[in-house]
Parts: sequence; structure tokens; C-alpha cells
Amino acid sequence: MLSVLTDRQWFWIASGLYLAGFLLGIRSFRRRRLGWNGTGYAIVAVGYAVQLVGLYLRGQAVGACPLGNKFEILQFTAWSAVTLYLVVGVTFRSTLLDYFTSGLAAALTMVSLAVPSWDARERIHLFSDNPWIEFHAALALFSYGVFALLALTSALFLLRNHSLKAKRPGGWYALLPSILELDDIGVRLLGAGVALLGASLAVGAVYWLRDTSTVTPTKFLITAGVWLAYAVALALRLLGRLLAKRFSWTCLALFAAALISLGPVDASRHTDDSTRAASLQSRP
Amino acid sequence: MTALQVFLIGTNHHSAPLEVREKLALSPEAQAALQADLAALPGLNEFAVLNTCNRVEFYGVAASPAAIVGVETAFCGRQRFDHGEFGKFRVLRSGRDAVQHLFEVATGLDSQMVGETEILGQVKEAYAAAQARRATGPILNRMFQKAFQAAKHARTHTGIGLGQVSVANVAVDLALNIFGSLESRRILLLGAGDIGEKTAHAFHTRGARDLTVVSRRFERAEQLAAELGAGAVPFEEREARLADFDVIVSAAAAPEAVWSASATASAMRRRPARPLFFIDLALPRNVDASVSSLDNVFLYNLDDLAKLAEENRLAREAEIHRCRALLTERSEALWLRLMSALSDSGPAAQDVSRGGAPASPPPCRPPAG
Repeated sequence: MLSVLTDRQWFWIASGLYLAGFLLGIRSFRRRRLGWNGTGYAIVAVGYAVQLVGLYLRGQAVGACPLGNKFEILQFTAWSAVTLYLVVGVTFRSTLLDYFTSGLAAALTMVSLAVPSWDARERIHLFSDNPWIEFHAALALFSYGVFALLALTSALFLLRNHSLKAKRPGGWYALLPSILELDDIGVRLLGAGVALLGASLAVGAVYWLRDTSTVTPTKFLITAGVWLAYAVALALRLLGRLLAKRFSWTCLALFAAALISLGPVDASRHTDDSTRAASLQSRP
Repeated sequence: MTALQVFLIGTNHHSAPLEVREKLALSPEAQAALQADLAALPGLNEFAVLNTCNRVEFYGVAASPAAIVGVETAFCGRQRFDHGEFGKFRVLRSGRDAVQHLFEVATGLDSQMVGETEILGQVKEAYAAAQARRATGPILNRMFQKAFQAAKHARTHTGIGLGQVSVANVAVDLALNIFGSLESRRILLLGAGDIGEKTAHAFHTRGARDLTVVSRRFERAEQLAAELGAGAVPFEEREARLADFDVIVSAAAAPEAVWSASATASAMRRRPARPLFFIDLALPRNVDASVSSLDNVFLYNLDDLAKLAEENRLAREAEIHRCRALLTERSEALWLRLMSALSDSGPAAQDVSRGGAPASPPPCRPPAG
């Protein structure tokens, strides 16, 4: 039944739904139809379910968690961000968060679909049939989803802060959650992201300690560096040394850096695969 | 069988000046007595009285135009107001126009402060009181219930109720934009003047529970604190205690700033993660303008608040046309259904304003008793 469409077709539909949610938001604002009515939330939820079908079919096809190339990583990151949004979005009942989340998910998934080469790479037993490594990778990507939502919340904080400082709190700005709520959710997301990425690194470290040749120094340094940077930001925030605008800008900068780091990490992983394959072949 | 007519008769701020409305305003006792009169009025099948500071309106279902004249006569009689004079200030609507009027009143479209929400509560109270007296029936029940639905729909789908239009409520809205909720926020009021007091009241009515008053005259601070259920702090301690508060409403008559940037920066170092909101209602200003450059500190003065209130008022007025169109759609749909209900009870409903009611009402006679 689900295989009536290919996984990429399901992903396109999900992307379209996210985009529709975003455009609906733009239209509502233009017509001044304001207030949380759940429509945006429902569209994101349907897009999420459709994307889940795509991920399931892809997982079935590759026989593993679909995290094997840039395309799948971006899809999974968008899916993780939407998962969290579906949990926290209801609490905040923020129309603007609906539409920003659908905009973010649409951007991530469409970019991944628009570059066919990101999904064309040959896959060779990425996880060596080890479910713990799959778990490690899935947790790491999920934490990136958390950081994506944190970046979004930080952007909303900066908008809200700007509107209040510039003494223009009306219009679109009126739909934003309060400064304190945005700050609170930012700290919680940062804590959750650091914990998830930390757990992912801990699981990976157990595997790595058994065979240090399985991870290149580049991947090790980058992933540990991303975690450390977020952990330092969390510590500074909790100590009251990194606050308000500076905290939000830091979260945005860290997410940009984390996204950029996915390239070298992905490249080094394929180097790992080749190394691992060579290592397996050389064994008696 | 008699024709049933839906009508509205009364006066409001559009039709009568303040001095006339003062004379026509119903005291609770007069309203109770008038309701007893109306209950006994032949041909008046259903009625409800909406009595607020800006309007006295009678909504009803009458079996004949004479019953509508009877309502007017009873009202003028109770208020000892000349019946002929009343005609100059009277609002009379019938049929769909009466339905539309009720919808617009409930939505706040007909209010002096367009889009205000208090009127919806007053209409609900008027309806509940009429129901309790068993003065309503199938027609008015439907009209009022649909009016409440239409008001809710219009407020949700248009900008008619967006933004506050008074300085005090704009300040409270801004505080909500910063803190989300006021329940656990600490508010400090400096100065015991009228505008400061009004703002403090606005905070209190919208959830703030922890208020403290500061005044140069400590006894005045204590007096106002007692009225507001607040605490009082001596003027000299204000800067030392600044870090304890989240919102500062400053309305003191002072020749220079009483809140300095250095004291604010020092307070923020003790509470770095909690925003601080200054509302400067004084002239000359009480708060050093440079505090707004501090992170997590927000400063609004009287001009800023007045400008926002005016913008909100203009935005509401710009929504009137769209809101009215939406209400018209709903009142027309309701009227079509009411027409069939009215014709089930008798011949087709008549439009009293187009011939049902007399052009010049008969002389006013006090009701019996």
C-alpha cells in the first residue's frame, strides 16, 4: 500500500505540505486572519506523517536507518525538528512557530531533494550491521533536529526582542511568544540537545574505543567540537554569562557551524567505510 | 393569529448626548420595576433589557406595533421623560436590522471604544437576567445565542479586538509580551498620581498579584498600597530594591530622572536572566533614556504608549467594514431562519420601522402603579 509511491515521492509530498503550511501562514498574515486555530499545526502534522512513510520506505530499501548520505541526513534532521515542534508547539500555541517550523522543514527537505547527487552515492554497509552505531547516528541526527528548533526559537527571540526594543510590538510580532517563554524554551532545547548529542557520542565512543581506526580524527574532532561548543554555551547560560541577544546569536551561529560541519563529517564517514571495507577484506 | 415582530427600541451614545443618557439611565430599582411593567404589557411576548452606561436598549418580540409603543411609554413613564422629546433620541430597529444591531453591539462594533470586550459580558448578563425572569422565548434565545457566537467568530477572524486602546492596558500588554504571564511578576509603582494608579489597577485586574508602592510621602504610599492591596517601600530605598522587581511603573513628579542607568545596570547584574520593564508615565521623564540600551531592559514612555494606543485604535477602525460584512452575513442567515419561526407563530413578520410603529409616539403616560 505504502509502496504505491517511491520514497522520494513521499518526501516530495511531505515537502509540499510543509511549504503549503508556510504559504498558508503568509496568506493568513496578509489577510490579518490571526490567532492560533490549529490549521498550521495540522498541516505540519500531516507532512510529518508523510515524511515518516518516506523514511520508513527508505529504511526498508537500504536495510538500515536512513542516514546514509546528505539527502537522508537533511530529511532526518527536518523530521527530528518537526517531531520536537509537534511536542512543544501545542504548549506554546504560537501561530508564528507553526509557520516558521513549516518554513524550516520545507527549506531543509526541498534543498535535499533539489540536489540529486546528494542521494546518488553508493551505500556500503554504513553501520557494519551494528545496531548500536545506528543508534549513535540516529541520536546524533536527532540532536541536530533539536538544535535546528533551538536556532528557530533563537531567531524568534531576536525578532521579539527587536520588536520590543524598536517599540513596534504589533503586527506579526504580536503572534510571537513572550521573551521569557522563548528564553525558557531555548534553554530547555539546548539542554536536551546537549544531552542527546552527548549520549550519541558516548555510544559511539564505546564502539570507537574497541577499534580507533573506525573513526577519522576529522570526524572525531568535529563532532566532539560541536558537542563541546553547545555544552559551553549551556554552561555559560546557566551561569548567567550568556544571555538574551548574545545567547540567541550564539545558538544561531552554532547551528550554522553544526550544519556546515555535516559536510566534512559525511565525507570522513565515507572514508571510514572504505577503510573499514579494506580492513575487512584484509582479514583472513 | 397575530404577526410577531422582532424589535429593538432604546437610546445609546450614538443617538443621545451624555446629559440625555444621564436622565434615561436606569437604576437597578427602576430597571426591576420597569421589567415588572413590561412583563405585564399585553402583546409583548419576549423581552430583554440591555442597560449599560452608554445604552438602554430593549430587545423584544411583539405581537403588535402597539406593544412596542407600550415599551416606549413604560420606559418614558418610569424615567419621567417627555415622550415627544424621547423620539429625538430614540433608536428603533426591527426585523433583520434589530438582529444586526444586537450582533454589532455584542461584538463591540457599536461601542464608543470600538472593539472593547466588556460589552459582550454585559449583553450576556442582560440575556441571563431576562432568561432568569423567563422573559425570553424561542426567538430571543436564538438571537442572543447566535449573537454571542457571531461576536466570538468576528473577534477571532478579524482584527476588531486586536491591541489595547488605553495607555494603561497597552502597558499591561507590553508586560505580557515580555513575561508571558503576570501572576508571579513583581510590580513597583512609583508616584501616587492618577495615571500611575490606573496603570497599577490595570496590572492588578489582569493577573498581577505582587504590587509595591513607592512615594516621596511614605504615608501616601501606604494609603495607596492599602487601596491596592499592595506593600509600600520608602522612596530612598527604591534603587537598592530595584533588582527585586520585574515591572516599574514610574509616574512621579520629579524635575530629573529618578531611575539612573548606573543603578539599573547594577540591578541587572544581580538578576541577569530576568528582563526588567520600565513604564515611564511621568513628564519630565523619570527614567534615564539610556537604560533602554541595556540588554534585557525595556523602556516605554508616555509618548510611546500613547502612540501604540492610537495605532491600535486606527487598526480597529480599519477593521470595522470587514467585521460588519461578516456580521451581516450571519445576521441575514439567522433572519431567514427566524422568519420561518415567526411565520409559524403567525403571519409574516413585519418591519415596524417601516410602518409598524407610529411616526410620532403618543404622549407619555406613567405606567399604572
